[in-house]
Amino acid sequence: MCILESNLRPSTVLIQAIEITKRFGELCAVDQVSLTVNCGEIVGLVGADGAGKTTTLRLICGALKLDAGQIRIGGYDIQQQTEEARAQIGYLPQRFSLYEELTVMENIRFFAEARGVQREEWLPRCLDILKFVGLAAFTERLAGKLSGGMKQKLGLAAALVHSPKVLLLDEPTTGVDPVTRQDFWQLIIRLAAQEQTAILVSTPYMDEASRCHRIHFMREGKIFIEGTPANLKASLSGSILEVRGEPLPLLRQLALEEPGVLNAQRFGDRLHLRVIAGKSTEISAALQKRAKQAGGKITALHWVEAQLEDVFIALLEDERRGRSHSR
Amino acid sequence: MVNSRLIALIRKEFIQIRRDPRTLALIIVIPIMQLFLLGYAATNDVRNVPLAVLDQDRSSAARRLLDAYRAADYFRITHAVSSERQLRDLIDRGVVRAGLIIPPNYGEKVHSGKPASVAFVLDGSDPTVASTALSAAQLIGQAHATAILAERAQRQGFGSNLDSALEVRTQVWYNPDLISAYFMIPGVIGMILYALTSILTATAIVRERERGTIEQLIVTPIRPIELVVGKLFPYVVLAIINAIEVLVLGAWWFDVPVRGNLGLILALSGLFLLSSLGIGLFGSTIANTQQEAMLTVWMTLLPSIFLSGFFFPLEAMPKVLQWISYIFPLRYYLVIIRTLLLKGGGVSALWEQILALTLFGVVIMGAAARRFRKRLD
Amino acid sequence: MDEVIRVEGLTKRFGDFTAVDQVSFTVQRGEVIGYLGPNGSGKTTTIRMLLGLLLPSEGKAWVLGYDIWRQSEAIRRQCGYMSQKFSLYHDLTVEENLRFYGGVYGVGEEIQIQATLERVGLAAQRQTMVSALATGWKQRLALAIAIVHRPQLLFLDEPTSGVDPTARRAFWDLIYELVHEGVTALVTTHYMDEAEYCGKVGVMRDGKLLALDTPEQLKKQVLRGLAYDLFATPLIEALSFLEASPLPLRVGLSGDHLRVILPKEVEPSCLLAELQQAGYGEARIEPVEASLEDVFLALSGK
Repeated sequence: MCILESNLRPSTVLIQAIEITKRFGELCAVDQVSLTVNCGEIVGLVGADGAGKTTTLRLICGALKLDAGQIRIGGYDIQQQTEEARAQIGYLPQRFSLYEELTVMENIRFFAEARGVQREEWLPRCLDILKFVGLAAFTERLAGKLSGGMKQKLGLAAALVHSPKVLLLDEPTTGVDPVTRQDFWQLIIRLAAQEQTAILVSTPYMDEASRCHRIHFMREGKIFIEGTPANLKASLSGSILEVRGEPLPLLRQLALEEPGVLNAQRFGDRLHLRVIAGKSTEISAALQKRAKQAGGKITALHWVEAQLEDVFIALLEDERRGRSHSR
Repeated sequence: MVNSRLIALIRKEFIQIRRDPRTLALIIVIPIMQLFLLGYAATNDVRNVPLAVLDQDRSSAARRLLDAYRAADYFRITHAVSSERQLRDLIDRGVVRAGLIIPPNYGEKVHSGKPASVAFVLDGSDPTVASTALSAAQLIGQAHATAILAERAQRQGFGSNLDSALEVRTQVWYNPDLISAYFMIPGVIGMILYALTSILTATAIVRERERGTIEQLIVTPIRPIELVVGKLFPYVVLAIINAIEVLVLGAWWFDVPVRGNLGLILALSGLFLLSSLGIGLFGSTIANTQQEAMLTVWMTLLPSIFLSGFFFPLEAMPKVLQWISYIFPLRYYLVIIRTLLLKGGGVSALWEQILALTLFGVVIMGAAARRFRKRLD
Repeated sequence: MDEVIRVEGLTKRFGDFTAVDQVSFTVQRGEVIGYLGPNGSGKTTTIRMLLGLLLPSEGKAWVLGYDIWRQSEAIRRQCGYMSQKFSLYHDLTVEENLRFYGGVYGVGEEIQIQATLERVGLAAQRQTMVSALATGWKQRLALAIAIVHRPQLLFLDEPTSGVDPTARRAFWDLIYELVHEGVTALVTTHYMDEAEYCGKVGVMRDGKLLALDTPEQLKKQVLRGLAYDLFATPLIEALSFLEASPLPLRVGLSGDHLRVILPKEVEPSCLLAELQQAGYGEARIEPVEASLEDVFLALSGK
């Protein structure tokens, strides 16, 4: 049992996937993916649609059979000791469905009983969970009459009803508003911090990924970057330059002509330039000068912290460049 | 009406039909299958009914009676039995469907000119077979009796012109051999036009909704009427091809007569298509998935078939069902197509049906188009 | 004419439910407006009214100078729409899809079809069946369909959800290229990453347009404060402590740290001092750039 903060103690590995692979015919949906999640940790599986996130989660919860590799949940092998391993897992699938014609309490009771929670245990446990997700006042309401955010919380409650040590969340906040999303993440972070639950969450959103303790970027079935958000962002420190001014198309053109500028992206009222680290001052000066000559105006030019999106693109471009060099 | 938008829509629809060879093959093959199935299997014709004979007379007159039964292919004499118990046993076990009992004094009575009688026993568990067999048995018996009378009269020297005075000539018009296929195949044409068009139309439109492509279509300048016509046109073409396919096959393979004017047949089939397309379109405005659309149309299909006189004569049904049958367009079309193929009548004989179909088509199309426009909102 | 959209008091009710409530705004030529809000906040209903697919319950609006009540045909001809679901026929090739939609808009010339394919970078895939395309390519085809008739105004409904950042950037490069040529774009999204690309962002919630301005202005004016990341352990206890403190405008959990919005006049060191006094000795605070999400939460009263 781990009670202390994970960074103070050698942490306990609750999810361990070793080189797992899943093929669907020709397509290799998950290709030698390895990852670990420790207790009290939130790990993000980030990628576009079709990158292999959902398949990875389904492999980890034992809903799909592995073609190769090994998965251990709290020490139990998902293939050999499926029952024991599954008892540790709470899983919130992407399209979580509730029984709309049952009340909140009837729904949660059903999921508790389906999970084999004992008769004398389920009522206090359900009340606890509903209180935790903020639905304690709505036990008698029909699930069909809940708002989108409340349905999602009920889904989370259903996944948590058997007190799992491991929580798998598949794109839990797709399509909900930021307020609901914020509430939802407060719950997840509390679970990790207070209950020491190991949480693996898939998401296509970069801003959501930045809330995880560690991130695995997935692409074409492979994990191609991993690290903590802070480390990933730091890898690009000093290389993102924000430019404001007008006209932006002209400024972008000028920037792209400048040697040392790797790319220039327009974001509404500003440009973000990615430049070769160390060439910063040079480039700023040159750009200011050339903008003036061309009749443009730069009103602001300064360094900004890299976003995860910048990191993703930079690493992908580096990888491509590396690939073409090696040819 | 014919503009680039409409042409684009129709071209796209045909490409999609072509891209789905399995469905296309089904559309072509299903009518042929149904035609053969209903042309052969679902026949009311009674042929070769197994017959057991209890001949207690064994005279030459009895043998001649049996020969008369043998000559007509309604019956096949499969068993000769020696007691009524044996006969009952055979019928009970279903080995034979009918029994003919010739009493011991039959030959004597025929010979002496007294009224002779034979008993004909029938298994009535299948009423269709039983009633046909019964009338066949009576016909054969009567014909034979007439022959005996004529023979007797001749022998007694009344001359040969007497027989015509005694003979009861039955005559069946339009389908003299009472071949079921002649009755069934026009029905199959009607059913195919109805089922295929309404189901294909409904699913084709719902598919756009399911895929989300309707969303893109409604923001284009396309008008609802163009969308409807563009979506329906390819299926009208397919349905007409199907109808011609069944007609040609029916005439060539089953020798169904085509007595009416071909142009009129096609024109009135087109009128009927208005109704089935309307039902398909209406179904598509109710349903959200292709499955739902299919089921919705199916729900109208079964009563259509049973209440249109496709299998069973409407006259034999309870009054309430007869009234209900008036709302099914297939009912009117079956009268039209059977009349045109078998009797060769014209518009004057069919104006009631034509009026009813026009009315139905206009109402259902109008209702569907109204709903369709609303669903675009 | 530089005003592309003018909306005045637009309202749409479905029975008792008000989907769009007294919305007013204008859009100038060449702008990229993000319409940010969760599903069901009234974004799609607004667009449908602008395209004349739904009649408003109240209010007036003009699109490209045409009245939405009476001239929706003219509006639809000059607008492009790219739906979230991409609206493609999976059993047609790339080229056949584009030709079909081109035909529907009355674009018969093959040159324009091919030019559009070139423009979105799909020329090499023209014979590919749509069902075999990856999401990123489908998205480009959906854009091609929206621009094949050279519209002046583009409506994009969550155009880059579900694609990876590389594809998203390439997509926005294309949008800005079009904008440079005079096209105006209205983008609806519930997606913060996507809204960051827009020149102006309107925040929609429960049918009301809460604010509409540049991301920079929104962050300055709506937040009424500055954003900080605060690291302290134990995290949850630190959160409770700060929630009780009168200093921050908002505190929330954000991964392994807290996100705090402090009023401009409050020095972050004050907060830090408070924390250290309460026993969070290792606490540290770092200024960060506010995100649109912070703006959204502030507008929602959180």
